[in-house]
Amino acid sequence: MISGRLVVERPRFRLDLELEVAAGEVVALLGPNGAGKTTVLRALAGLLPLSAGHIRLDGEPLHTTPAERRPVGMVFQDYLLFPHLSALDNVAFGPRCHGVPKRRARELAGEWLERVGLAGHERARPHELSGGQAQRVALARALAVRPRLLLLDEPLAALDAHTRLEVRAALHRHLGDFDGAAVLVTHDPLDAMVLADRLVVVEDGAVVQEGAPSAVARRPRTDYVARLVGLNLYRGVADGHAVRLDGVTLNAAESQTGPVFVAFPPTAVALYRTRPDGTPRNLWEAVIGGVERHGDHVRVLLTGPVEASADVTAAAVAELGLRPGARVWAALKATETHAYPA
Amino acid sequence: MRGRMPWPLVVPAVAGLVFLVLPLLGLLVRAPWAEMGERLAEPLVLEALRLSLLTATLATAICLLFGVPLAWLLARGNPPGRRLIRALVTVPLVLPPVVGGVALLLVLGRNGLAGRWLYEVFGISFPFTTAGVVLAEAFVAMPFLVISVEGALRAADLRYEEAAATLGASRWRVFTRVTLPLVAPGVSAGAVLCWARALGEFGATITFAGNFPGRTQTMPLAVYLALETDPEAAIVLSLVLLAVSVLVLASLRDRWAGTP
Repeated sequence: MISGRLVVERPRFRLDLELEVAAGEVVALLGPNGAGKTTVLRALAGLLPLSAGHIRLDGEPLHTTPAERRPVGMVFQDYLLFPHLSALDNVAFGPRCHGVPKRRARELAGEWLERVGLAGHERARPHELSGGQAQRVALARALAVRPRLLLLDEPLAALDAHTRLEVRAALHRHLGDFDGAAVLVTHDPLDAMVLADRLVVVEDGAVVQEGAPSAVARRPRTDYVARLVGLNLYRGVADGHAVRLDGVTLNAAESQTGPVFVAFPPTAVALYRTRPDGTPRNLWEAVIGGVERHGDHVRVLLTGPVEASADVTAAAVAELGLRPGARVWAALKATETHAYPA
Repeated sequence: MRGRMPWPLVVPAVAGLVFLVLPLLGLLVRAPWAEMGERLAEPLVLEALRLSLLTATLATAICLLFGVPLAWLLARGNPPGRRLIRALVTVPLVLPPVVGGVALLLVLGRNGLAGRWLYEVFGISFPFTTAGVVLAEAFVAMPFLVISVEGALRAADLRYEEAAATLGASRWRVFTRVTLPLVAPGVSAGAVLCWARALGEFGATITFAGNFPGRTQTMPLAVYLALETDPEAAIVLSLVLLAVSVLVLASLRDRWAGTP
C-alpha cells in the first residue's frame, strides 16, 4: 500500500494532494491538461523531488529513495522504448539492472513478451513495432522489474481509436493480474471508468473529487467532471425536494437540506414551443443559445434563467423550429434530477 | 525559392568553387603517375604514413577517453563556471597550432613546469618523441570531439535516461547503456573529425615534437620537408593525405556533410 502527501512547488503552480493506493487497487488520476497529474507520477517515481510532504510504501518512507532504487515500474506516455535495443532487450533491461544474469534476464523478458501477446517480436526494434505493440512492450518492461507500484502516464493516449479499444481491454486484464498498487493518469473518462477501481479527480494541483467510477459519474462535484460525464450540474440550497438555484427552483428526486449539488442528464430535458399543460413541475422559459450535432442526436444549449444542455432528436429541431435566439419552454423530469450534499 | 538566380551571387559562388577545387586538381595533374607505385613504396612515405595513422589514432583514443566525459560534464553536469570551461575547451580550436606547441613545450618540455618533475621522478620526456606527437595532436584535436559530443548530448532526449532510472539503472549504467548508444552517431562523427584534424596536424607537432623521420615525422611534416628536396615526393605524400581525407569525408557523408 502506498500513501503520501505530495507537495511540488513551481513558479505559478503548486501541487498539494494526498493519495492512498492499496495493493491490488488501480487508481486513475483524472483531470484537465496542466492539472498536475503527470507531476504526481513523476514525484512517485522519484524523477521529481517533493518540495514538502512524504511518500510511504507499506509504512516505509519512499520519498528519500532515489528513482533507481524505488520498487516502481513506469509506462511513459510515448513509451520511451530504447531505440537501440530490441523489444526483448528493452524488457530485459530492468532485470539486468537488478542484477539478474544476462541469460536469465532474457528468459524472463521472453516470458513477459509472451504474456503481453508479443511472442515472435523479440528481435524487433521499437521503430518496427506498431503503436499498440510498443505500448505492450512498455508495459512488459515496467512489469518485468516486479514493481510494487505501477505508474501509467496516459497509456492509451497515443493510440488510434481502434487499437485503443483492443489495448484498453488487454491493459485491463494485465492490471487485474497485477498485485501491487497502480496509478494511472488519463484525461479520458472512458479509460478511467474501464480501468480504475477508484477515480481521483485533480484540478489545479489539488484533489477535487474522488470515489468509485460509478459514484463520480453519477454525482459530479465540479464543472469539469460534469462535462466529462455529460451531466448538467448546479449548486443550490435544498429544502426537502425543492432546490433553489439562481433564478429557478427545481424539484429533485431526493429530499435534502442545505447546500447541495443538483445534476441531471441532457436527455431528461424536454422542450416545448408553448407552455405545456402536463404535470412536470420543473418548468421554465429559456432562450436557445446554440444548437449542435452530438452523436445521433442534437444538443441544444439553453441560456437563462439556468444554463443547461438538452438533447433532442433531429426531427424535434425541425418541428419546434429550434434555432439560436428562439424562446422555448423547458421541462425537466424530477425523477432524473438528483440532489446530493455539496 | 528556386528559379533564376541573381548573378551577383552566382559569379562569386562559381569563383569560390573553382578556388577550392583548382589546387586539388593541380595536385592530380602534377602527380608522377607513372612512378606512383614505386614512390608509394618508398620507406620515407611508408614510415610517415604509418606514424601518422598511429599517432592520429592514439590521439583520437585519448580525446575519446577524456573528451567524452568532459562533454558530458558540460552538457549534463552543472560545474561552477561552465561558460568559462566551455570557452577554455574551445581555445585550442582558434589558437594557432604553433602557439599550442610552444605552450606544450613550456609545460611538458624537459625544463617545463610539469615536464621537469615528470622527467626527474619517472624519467618520462615527451618532446621529440612519438608520444609527444600524440600529445600535440590530441591537444589540437580534442575540441572538435568535445563540441560534437556535447551537441549530441544536448540534443538527446533526457526522458530515455529517466525511463532507465525507473527501471533501476544506476547513473553509470544509464550513461553506458542508454546515453552513449543514443549519442553514438555524434560521438563517431566527433571522433572522425578529431582523427582528421590530428592527421593533418603540423604546427604544434613540429614545435613540440620536432621532425625526426620514423619517430616524429608525420605525413604533413614529411610533405613540407620533401617540398624543398624532392617536390615529386611531396606531391605523392599530399595525394595520400588527400585520399585519406576524401575517405573520411565519404564515411561522414550520411551523417552531416550535406544531404544525400
